Amino acid sequence: MDELIFFINRVLISGTVLGSIYALGAIGVTLIFGILRFAHFAHGDMMTMGAFVAFVLAGLCTALGIVTPLPTGFVVLPVAMVIAAFLALGIDKGFYAPLRKRGAKPVTMLIASIGVTLMIQGLIRLIFGSGTRSFYDTEPKDIFRIDMSALGGTRPISITEPQVLMFVVTALLVIALHLFLTRSRLGKAMRAMADNADLAQVSGINTALVVRVTWVIAGSLACVAGVMLALDVALMPDLAFNIVLPIFAAAIVGGLGHAYGAIVGGFLIAFAETLAVFNWTAVLRPLNGILPEGMALPANLALVPTEYKLTVAFVILVVTLLVRPTGIFKGVST
Amino acid sequence: MSAAEAETRWLDRPLYRGIALFVALFFLVAAAGVSQGSASMLLILVQATGFALIALGLNIQWGYGGLFNFAIMGFLMVGGAAVTFISYPVNASFWNSDGPMLLGRALLAFLIGAALVYAARQTRRLGLRGFFYGLVVVLAWFIAYVIYRSQIDPAAAYIESTAGFVGGLGLNPVLGWLFGGLLAAAIAYFVGRISLGLRTDYLAIATIGISEILRALIKNMDWLTRGTMSVSPMPWPTPLPQALQANGVGIADSFVQARLGFLALAVALLVIIFYVVQRAYGGPWGRMMRAIRDNHIAAGSMGKDVTGRQLELFVLGSVLMGIGGAMLVSFSQIFDPSGYQPINHTFMIWVMVIVGGSGNSWGVLLGSLLIYVVWVLSDPAAQLIFVNLSTLTQHMGWGAIPEIDSRALQMRVFVLGVVITIALRFAPKGLIPEVIRREG
Repeated sequence: MDELIFFINRVLISGTVLGSIYALGAIGVTLIFGILRFAHFAHGDMMTMGAFVAFVLAGLCTALGIVTPLPTGFVVLPVAMVIAAFLALGIDKGFYAPLRKRGAKPVTMLIASIGVTLMIQGLIRLIFGSGTRSFYDTEPKDIFRIDMSALGGTRPISITEPQVLMFVVTALLVIALHLFLTRSRLGKAMRAMADNADLAQVSGINTALVVRVTWVIAGSLACVAGVMLALDVALMPDLAFNIVLPIFAAAIVGGLGHAYGAIVGGFLIAFAETLAVFNWTAVLRPLNGILPEGMALPANLALVPTEYKLTVAFVILVVTLLVRPTGIFKGVST
Repeated sequence: MSAAEAETRWLDRPLYRGIALFVALFFLVAAAGVSQGSASMLLILVQATGFALIALGLNIQWGYGGLFNFAIMGFLMVGGAAVTFISYPVNASFWNSDGPMLLGRALLAFLIGAALVYAARQTRRLGLRGFFYGLVVVLAWFIAYVIYRSQIDPAAAYIESTAGFVGGLGLNPVLGWLFGGLLAAAIAYFVGRISLGLRTDYLAIATIGISEILRALIKNMDWLTRGTMSVSPMPWPTPLPQALQANGVGIADSFVQARLGFLALAVALLVIIFYVVQRAYGGPWGRMMRAIRDNHIAAGSMGKDVTGRQLELFVLGSVLMGIGGAMLVSFSQIFDPSGYQPINHTFMIWVMVIVGGSGNSWGVLLGSLLIYVVWVLSDPAAQLIFVNLSTLTQHMGWGAIPEIDSRALQMRVFVLGVVITIALRFAPKGLIPEVIRREG
């Protein structure tokens, strides 16, 4: 039983946490690619930026003496999302819209987004320094332990409060996005534009509005992902820059331009990473009793060493691109 | 015609524009020399030469071929690792141990695995199709991986515990640079074979992924590269300052002379490569490459082997990246895998090519020197601004700026971002745009 609990703690929970983050980030990447047709490299830094916005807001709340039952960083999330959405619109207006107007190639846009990445990173480090911060300086991080002794386990299943919140928020946001894309006029317009931009334009869809909505959705989802990641681990300037590549991998594996593909890709990549570095000996240890003498399991039976965890995402990416060049769900290309 | 009009026309002519920009660059470097001292100016120049080589490599891939390579960091690391292997002194405790034998067994395991995968791929000839073919191939890969891991893991652990790492061959560093180019070419061949079928953005992301895989490998193969413990000191191809000091040269002068020697070698290499690349691009080869870049469908229908030529460009460009990476490592005398960052070693080189003018070697040369000098000088400049700001805030009674050094260091990342966006907006074709010339 303990082995199963270990598996749940190590694979199920951390895989779902990572998958939620990847999925939330990849939805933004995929929407921007679908509507604006370029790989928005600065998406990871928009996540970090959102997390820092929430951090400042949380700091304000603490300074004002507001105490909440939930983590302060989580309570200020709606406000932070609004601010992040405005920041995303501003970045588009300042850096991408002029290039788009000139009819720049997707390649130019991609390089421009790298410029934006560097500017956001530079600014964050300039203002906040390059140290690590935590949302939990003033309040304790709740850990829920589910007792499994009734089922014969000696250790509990443990899950932290931000992780529970993350599952709930991700599920809600995914449902909301699904309803938006399938039920609302604007969502349908977005899907139409992702499908065929020229056709959408001649059918009288307000493309400028669709572009703005895309940035609002991508910016606010990036903010959620960033805040959740920062709540789960810690807040640092390269928080999301380090995971922007797996996020891209998730978006591509799912098929660029497909919101559902991004979710599938996110969880796929996250579980592949978690399972690849999982030490199977910990689960298979009871077999030692059955195996003949001299055939004991080795101490470490992980498929890849932990140092190569991030590599798994890229290997999946490369293999996917080889087998299906536009992802599992057939994605769009420039 | 007014004077202002005449002036813009004069500056719009590529030759004069180029000359004016290079003169401006010369004054910038001279100013750096005056403010920083000639020893550090030489240091900047040698490194800038290395980056110019790398940027020329990217220009071959992107400017000539329109290939989106974001794996530059990977090729630099490969070049760096190669030069450590060639030029670092021989590690006797490795060669006298069982290490070589264990590595030989690992190589054998690798070959067996490769044969297995090859055999599995041949089952297609036996009529295996679809799901079962896929299953056989995946299974073969898995078994090959397990066989290889079963040999390499104990070998790596043994080498790390007895000898530290494999060590070098103690040969001349220039041979190491060439080997760096060769190794980068070999890896580029495989990378290109895998990913050149992809289109722009997909290719970019795939190559970033491959570059990160290379970094993870080089950083963690402690038995081969000493991993995060870094390899130093690496020998120089020209006399080191210490050697000059032993011959009675003063300490300050010895640094200047030694770096001048290295610079002369580096510039000679750059000039030769630059000339060859220019000639090739002006000739029939360059015309074919431009034809493929501008319209690969038309070029393909005219009978050009598009994929083959693109692979050729990818490999050629990567050779320059490998050589440049090796040169930078042997100049700084240390190979530190954790010192490689996508920002410094991939994006900055893209900025050099874009700002300079992709497709124009002169533009790329200007861009690489300019951006590198700006990148280096932005640190002391930001320090100066921040120290002054800090004194100002102290006078105002707000206290000093905390972590002033690290903040100033981050300014350069911001400046780099600003340079990219401004360049794309106001000079999308670069400072010296591409000019089509025929040189025979």
